[in-house]
Amino acid sequence: MNYDKEFDASGLACPMPIVKTKKSLADMASGQVLRVISTDPGSVCDMQAFAEQTGHALVSSGTESGKYVFLLRKA
Amino acid sequence: MAAKKMAIIATKGALDMAYPPLILASTAAALGWEVQVFFTFYGLQLLRKDLSGIAISPLANPAMPMPVPMPVIVQMLPGMEWMATTMMKAKMKKKGVASLEELRAVCIESDVKFIACQMTVDLFEFDKSDFIDGIEYGGAAMFMGFAGETDVCLFI
Repeated sequence: MNYDKEFDASGLACPMPIVKTKKSLADMASGQVLRVISTDPGSVCDMQAFAEQTGHALVSSGTESGKYVFLLRKA
Repeated sequence: MAAKKMAIIATKGALDMAYPPLILASTAAALGWEVQVFFTFYGLQLLRKDLSGIAISPLANPAMPMPVPMPVIVQMLPGMEWMATTMMKAKMKKKGVASLEELRAVCIESDVKFIACQMTVDLFEFDKSDFIDGIEYGGAAMFMGFAGETDVCLFI
C-alpha cells in the first residue's frame, strides 16, 4: 500500500515510538497515510491503543523482516 | 469529545522513580490528554536544569536486577551508587530507553503543565534559578482544583 510519509522508530523503547508517531502525524494532512517501523514489541498493542484513542485509523499492523510495521491514516 | 485529563503527583527523585511520571505524562499528551504533574519533595529534583545528579542506589533495593549477586555490606561501599547509576544508564541507552532530559523535553513541548510544590521548595531551600523555565509554583489546593476534574490521578 502507498504511504505519504515514513517514520522509522527502530531502536526506540516505550514511549518514544508513540510519542514520535504523534509528532510525525502533526504536519500531515487528514487522510494521508504514515508508515511506522518499530523494533519495540510493546508498540504492537500501543499503536492500536494510540489509534483508538486519537481517532487515527490503524490501516494495518504486521511484521516485515523482523520489524513491526504499521500504517496509520490520519483522522 | 472533550480531552481526557490526568494529574500526577511525582514525589520521588531517584532514577528509576523518575521515569514513570515522565513516561505517562508524555504518552498521555501524545494521546491528546491534558496533563499536569505536581512535583513535591524529592520529585522536585526532576525539575532541575541539570539532571545529571539523578541516581539509583542498590541499597534497600532488593528487587533491583544485578549482574552478580551482591551482599548489602558491599552495596554500601563508597562508589557503589555511582557504579549502579552508570550501569543502569548504559543499559537504558543500549535498549533505546529515552533519557530523562528527552522525556521531560517531550512533556514540555506537548504542553504538559509542571507545577513545583512551593512548600517543599521553601523547605529544602531550593534555588528557583536551578529549575527549568516555564514551570508554575503552587500548593495542594491548586493541585486539587485540577485533580478533581481528571480521569486519571496518580501518586508516584
